[in-house]
Amino acid sequence: MAGGTFEKYKSDGSLAGNALEWVDARFPATSLWKGHLSEYYCPKNFNFWYFFGSLALLVLVIQIVTGIFLVMHYKPDAALNANGVPIAFASVEYIMRDVPGGWLIRYMHSTGASAFFIVVYLHMFRGLLYGSYRKPRELTWLFGVGIFLVLMGEAFFGYLLPWGQMSYWGAQVIVNLFSAIPVIGSDLSLIIRGDFVVGDATLNRFFSFHVIAFPLVLIGLVAAHVLALHETGSNNPDGVEIKANKDENGIPRDGIPFHPYYTVKDIVGVVVFLMVFSAVMFWAPEGGGYFLETPNFYPADPLKTPPHIAPVWYFTPFYSILRAVTYPLFGLDAKFWGVVAMGASVVIFAFLPWLDRSPVKSIRYRGPIYKSLLTIFVIVFFVLGYLGTLSPSPMGELVSQICSVFYFGFFLGMPWWSRMDKFSPVPDRVTFK
Amino acid sequence: MSNQGKMDCGRRRLVVATAAVGGVGAVAALVPFVSSLLPSERAKAAGAPVEVDISKLESGQMMTVEWRGKPVWIINRTKEMMDTLPKLADLVADPKSDKDQQPAYAKNDTRSVKPEIMVVVGICTHLGCSPSQKFKAGTEEGMPDGWLGGFLCPCHGSTFDFAGRVYKSKPAPTNLEVPPHVYLADTRILIGEDKKGA
Repeated sequence: MAGGTFEKYKSDGSLAGNALEWVDARFPATSLWKGHLSEYYCPKNFNFWYFFGSLALLVLVIQIVTGIFLVMHYKPDAALNANGVPIAFASVEYIMRDVPGGWLIRYMHSTGASAFFIVVYLHMFRGLLYGSYRKPRELTWLFGVGIFLVLMGEAFFGYLLPWGQMSYWGAQVIVNLFSAIPVIGSDLSLIIRGDFVVGDATLNRFFSFHVIAFPLVLIGLVAAHVLALHETGSNNPDGVEIKANKDENGIPRDGIPFHPYYTVKDIVGVVVFLMVFSAVMFWAPEGGGYFLETPNFYPADPLKTPPHIAPVWYFTPFYSILRAVTYPLFGLDAKFWGVVAMGASVVIFAFLPWLDRSPVKSIRYRGPIYKSLLTIFVIVFFVLGYLGTLSPSPMGELVSQICSVFYFGFFLGMPWWSRMDKFSPVPDRVTFK
Repeated sequence: MSNQGKMDCGRRRLVVATAAVGGVGAVAALVPFVSSLLPSERAKAAGAPVEVDISKLESGQMMTVEWRGKPVWIINRTKEMMDTLPKLADLVADPKSDKDQQPAYAKNDTRSVKPEIMVVVGICTHLGCSPSQKFKAGTEEGMPDGWLGGFLCPCHGSTFDFAGRVYKSKPAPTNLEVPPHVYLADTRILIGEDKKGA
């Protein structure tokens, strides 16, 4: 429906009507409203899994609004103040203790970061369940993978800003990863840091990336993601194309307008989400040490690494894959291959539309092979995530190596195993009770 | 562009040339932005040498000083610590310090100028964490049996001996770096420079 032509608004003679007609002659207001909301037809059989796209948008808004207010008090400065505390760290403590409501705004932002990844992971899992990445929605999926990558960068840059111990040493480790790249590595990590060690220059540029560059890119990608989706129309739990069956007016028989039907449905999701979000924000803002890690309550000390450092939970599955690589290959050391494996484990999602060769999209009509492999994949993802929070150990290393092999096997074997499954017949129309 | 289906080749060449020149200009415009990401003149100048007085450093003690934003350890090694070094020749990856991680004057069995005084950058050569002290032989928590004392990197488990030499099969690729340093007097070290008064 999007991109279709809608007639310009004709005034009914009222003042508001005249105003809208005036605007519509100069700006595609009616066209945008109808194309993306009131006459954007969605399959009528959306279920629970379809909440997370709009929730991700809500969290993005929360992060931007709270971010704007945090920047009013935060100071990206690694120099020590009169009390010998880094100014950046002290300004976060100032927000927490002295700025009226500052603690709440900061907890909204820090809880929002974890919430963002929770809803995005669930949103991506929905894609795996129902084959949402399949033709013709490959570009929607690719924009989505782009959003995920930018989001990871955004989270990484943001985590340095409080200038705590975990901020500092986490950034130190991740930036040093880039130095493992042959030839350009050491210059690249120098360009990222802007100094020979993580310092004031690093803090300032991460601040710039976190509040300007990456959010702009993120918003652009979100717009592209939604536009691409609205061009093809949404997939659904049955994985059938509703546009294949239209009535005499050209409207899909199984479609209902996004507004008001799904706006109202999504409000229910928003209310439940905000209840859970608020509960965490008020009662467990540190998320048991997973959302805000304990060493980050100590100011950054370049001379002393905390006894146990681990990334925030949403990076740990990929961090485990990094640590699982312990063998040198082709004359390049294990550190480099670890970085390659970690990068590949994220980017490999982008290839899903071409790796999946099953004749059906939705898990509803796929057989035991997909169901069991996807189940194991989810378990493997959680195990890797858990191991990534722990100190290195021989046992953990072995388990993470097994899990990493399965992780890549799941994707790389997909062109074969996705075809071999036992499929059940896909209905012509969506199933809806 | 085209009149009566005929292409004006001269005009097309001009368009291509204009686009090419514009493209070169756009790339050239990136130069100041990328170069601004490099360490500033002030950051480069901040690597001034640090003078350290070690007269109060007792045998078996370690002190940490900051040089170029990095921790530099100065360890006054005991005889027991020194005795562990020859025993580890088969267990460390680079026992003879063949890799260029130290100035020539520290390329010896103890990786130091004065045998007992170790000066080393306390940054793991893997991903840049600062290893923790695990000085007690055998008894330190979480260390393998037969541990002779040294350092453990908390990030990825690399272990180092009292000369900063990395154990075999650990993530860290090389020994810890020995910074350029020189003794200004018996108990005064200048870290960051090789020559007195340079």
